Amino acid sequence: MDAIRYESPRSVAEAVRLMAADAGARVLAGGTDLLVQFRAGVRQPSAFVDVKRIPELMSIAIDDQGLRLGAAVPAAVIGEHAELRRLWPGLAESVRLIGSTQIQGRGSVGGNLCNGSPAADTTCALIVNRAQCVIAGPNGERTVPVDAFCIAPGRTVLQHGELLVAIRVPRPAARTSDAYLRLIPRTEMDIAVAGAGVSVTLDAAGVCTAARVAIGAVAPTALRVPGAEQALVGSPLDEASLRYAAEAASAAARPIDDRRGTAAYRRTVAGVLTRRAAALAAQRARQGTDRG
Amino acid sequence: MAKLHIETTINGEPAEFLCDPHETLLSALRTGLGLTGTKEGCATGDCGACSILLEGRLVPACLVLAAEAQGRAMTTIEGLSRGDTLHPLQQKFLEHAALQCGICTPGFIVAAKALLDAKPNPTEEEVRYGLAGNLCRCTGYDKIIRAVLDAASEMKGTTA
Repeated sequence: MDAIRYESPRSVAEAVRLMAADAGARVLAGGTDLLVQFRAGVRQPSAFVDVKRIPELMSIAIDDQGLRLGAAVPAAVIGEHAELRRLWPGLAESVRLIGSTQIQGRGSVGGNLCNGSPAADTTCALIVNRAQCVIAGPNGERTVPVDAFCIAPGRTVLQHGELLVAIRVPRPAARTSDAYLRLIPRTEMDIAVAGAGVSVTLDAAGVCTAARVAIGAVAPTALRVPGAEQALVGSPLDEASLRYAAEAASAAARPIDDRRGTAAYRRTVAGVLTRRAAALAAQRARQGTDRG
Repeated sequence: MAKLHIETTINGEPAEFLCDPHETLLSALRTGLGLTGTKEGCATGDCGACSILLEGRLVPACLVLAAEAQGRAMTTIEGLSRGDTLHPLQQKFLEHAALQCGICTPGFIVAAKALLDAKPNPTEEEVRYGLAGNLCRCTGYDKIIRAVLDAASEMKGTTA
């Protein structure tokens, strides 16, 4: 094995320089995927670029515009942030679902995204919350919508020399809330068989004026489901509209058979979770009258 | 391969060690520092046997690089007793016979300490969820859960 370097840059600029200078360098955030892959021989980086000493990657800020979540903030820190949980309960619960307390102490949303798993729990919740990925690279900063960030299992839009710095989430409009649900065969420590995230906005009369739906673990990347969104918008989010949204989600799913579940089962479950997540998001939007 | 020189704080005492850049903190603790109380189980973050507190936060030492410890403070199982006086969690694990082979025990006790630090009076359900990242293949968990609840009751919210 060639000598592997460990680097711990103190700034984004320094991290970009390190990443640009070495095509084999890998960003190390919580290491819950990277170090496991390294140990298994799946990845052999020439350098670990530990980004956890860069303040911008380790901070959470919420203002009038919304959330700026540092890419390497551990899940446990997110879970302890009361304001984040209040404004984006679905996003917070998608983070909370990942791994054990130990894994929560390390794993980050940025890492979850960059690992590029189609079953990543946070991705659907980020998509329905219109999240944007802030990427730094040799040519400066660029922003990519989270739904365009992952392009295939294990692959993202990140180019040589680039790293994910933060995730920006716009502040939810009035009477807006979200939910994320997943199915795993037990209650903890597993990977989603299917997952669904929903965000809805209601008007004063309780009619849905905007909706976002995303499903996970049922295609090579997490998928937005425009058909399900159309089924919800304009409706009072009654049983019929939730059922149409579920049918649209099942129809949009393109799952595979694997040891976690059959394609047919996943397609059904994607619909069921979409219906339940939409109902939960709607209930939260009705209760939270003053979230904005 | 050039070794890295790391200065850190372990169980309240300054410590230093040499490590490879890709070496895990678990390996550095066990082989470099001789702190073998922290166990290696799965080495993939699934079993909790290597649980330690890094800057007060529960983490699997198998998924931390040793070099990350530079300038940081950690607590391992060796830091829980006060001299010959066991930590209440250690004492209750003995009293409840909450171990058989013992490999998972340090991880359970450190994870339970993290749980009680954050939540001094947990319900049984909270203990079960809080320790879901720790695997035991001997006891069936019930004795462990009882030991943690008993320790919480004895500690009555005092931090130890």
